[in-house]
Amino acid sequence: VLTGALLLGLVACGDDDDDGAGATTAPAGATTTAASGGATTTAASGGATTSAASGAAMPTCDDAPAGGELERLCNATSVKVGVKYDQPLFGLLNPTNQEVEGFDVEIAKLVASALGKTEDQIEFVETVSRVREDVIVNGQVDYVVATYTINDTRKEKVDFAGPYYVAGQDIMVAADNTDITGKDSLAGKTVCTATGSTPETRLREETEAEVVTFDTYSECAEALRDGRVEAVSTDNVILLGLIQESDAEFKLVGEPFSEEPYGIGLKKGADDFRTFVNDVLEASYADGSWAEAFQATVGQVAEETPEPPSVDRY
Amino acid sequence: VSWVLAQTSTIADYRDLLLEGFWRTVQLTALSFVFAMAIGLVVASLRVSPVAPLRAAGTVYVETLRNIPLLLILLFIVFAVPKLGALIDYFPAAVLGFSLYTGAFVAEAIRSGINAVGVGQAEAARSIGLTFPQNLRLVILPQALRNVVAPLANVLIALTKNTSLASAISVVELTSAMAQVIERTGQAFEALIVTSLLYMAITIPVGLVAGVVERRVRIVR
Repeated sequence: VLTGALLLGLVACGDDDDDGAGATTAPAGATTTAASGGATTTAASGGATTSAASGAAMPTCDDAPAGGELERLCNATSVKVGVKYDQPLFGLLNPTNQEVEGFDVEIAKLVASALGKTEDQIEFVETVSRVREDVIVNGQVDYVVATYTINDTRKEKVDFAGPYYVAGQDIMVAADNTDITGKDSLAGKTVCTATGSTPETRLREETEAEVVTFDTYSECAEALRDGRVEAVSTDNVILLGLIQESDAEFKLVGEPFSEEPYGIGLKKGADDFRTFVNDVLEASYADGSWAEAFQATVGQVAEETPEPPSVDRY
Repeated sequence: VSWVLAQTSTIADYRDLLLEGFWRTVQLTALSFVFAMAIGLVVASLRVSPVAPLRAAGTVYVETLRNIPLLLILLFIVFAVPKLGALIDYFPAAVLGFSLYTGAFVAEAIRSGINAVGVGQAEAARSIGLTFPQNLRLVILPQALRNVVAPLANVLIALTKNTSLASAISVVELTSAMAQVIERTGQAFEALIVTSLLYMAITIPVGLVAGVVERRVRIVR
């Protein structure tokens, strides 16, 4: 994305963190043994229906091996966590109480809590997409939960636990639209996305849609409101944020047609800590706290709670 | 152009996309310049008119259009005008925005040319009974336009580069095509160089032709 747009620029092109879909590590070969599949809620029913079949218990600091990253974090008086401050539903600073809120923040809290930290002992640090590797490498934060797509380029500098969520390119239409039901029904329709973005390429190459491009997704939302375009397509995370701001004028349709697995970034080589975080995630899948965190945040807008993705212990 | 594209092999795969964008840029520039010249002639005439309200109208036009960022004018046409009930397609919207904006600069260039024509010319025309419109059309403008070839060439070159802003309102011109190429190839450096050369392939000939025209039409005193 070349041109930084002005005006209407509330939700700017968020693709900087979600690019390189081709390079992502799909969790296909994940060696997860604990039950992650059947352990989830699928509706916004509130009460998490935990599966008794799960053997994944929430790990604690008790078995931290001596001298490792995990032991250091367990003994520390606080943890520093990098999160987004500008991504609705995932990591967004609430201007009324100066607290960060969202799904990423909840996941960060689950990890901190397993490390024996109270909420007061978590220090959130705003971490924009471009600096995520740097703050980990330089030790400015202990881990990063910031709509952080796992890919091979990034793995050269940092390690990833998770994924804890799989984002993907999706389609947003006006709430009363019924003729667009998914990627295959886009032929001949006008579809808006950001100029020079990965979603633009995917729309041009994989669909017969008539592609309309603006500099920001807020402008796409405006065009959808005006009836200039029939759909907006980019990562569902961005679309969900637009839906939240729109007072139910818009809705998501169809299934995501790309995969952006979001992981928790941590120091390269800190394998004991990475295993620990993966254990925390699997335990949260099993005891319902993952689903609870999802419903309290993204679930405000997303209609259903997805299956949690399999953790990739590479 | 083809030679340049052939030199950069990865970008060459996308030569059709870039050339399409290039032609779109040429169309945008040419159409907008024709309309801007028409607007500029009218507005410049208004600004030197003996009728005060007409002069005021010309001044308001120029000061409004040339003092708003071009990007805002384009976004206004695409996002605000529909709220008033007129939906304009993206390419015509871009041509409209560029014409209105560039028209203000053309008007000022022509006005400076009019002011450079000796007062005696207008007085002589008036003394033989020409009305103001006749005076302007037959005596003043033919001399004024000869004086402003170089400033108008500057306006045209600026317009050519300004058309890159059409990428912000969904017109796939050269800059927008380049953004797609960069996204697909990751070759930002090569794509930026090739695109810059393509813009220069338009603007440099404009400058050269303007130089020739300027010499041909010059009034030798």
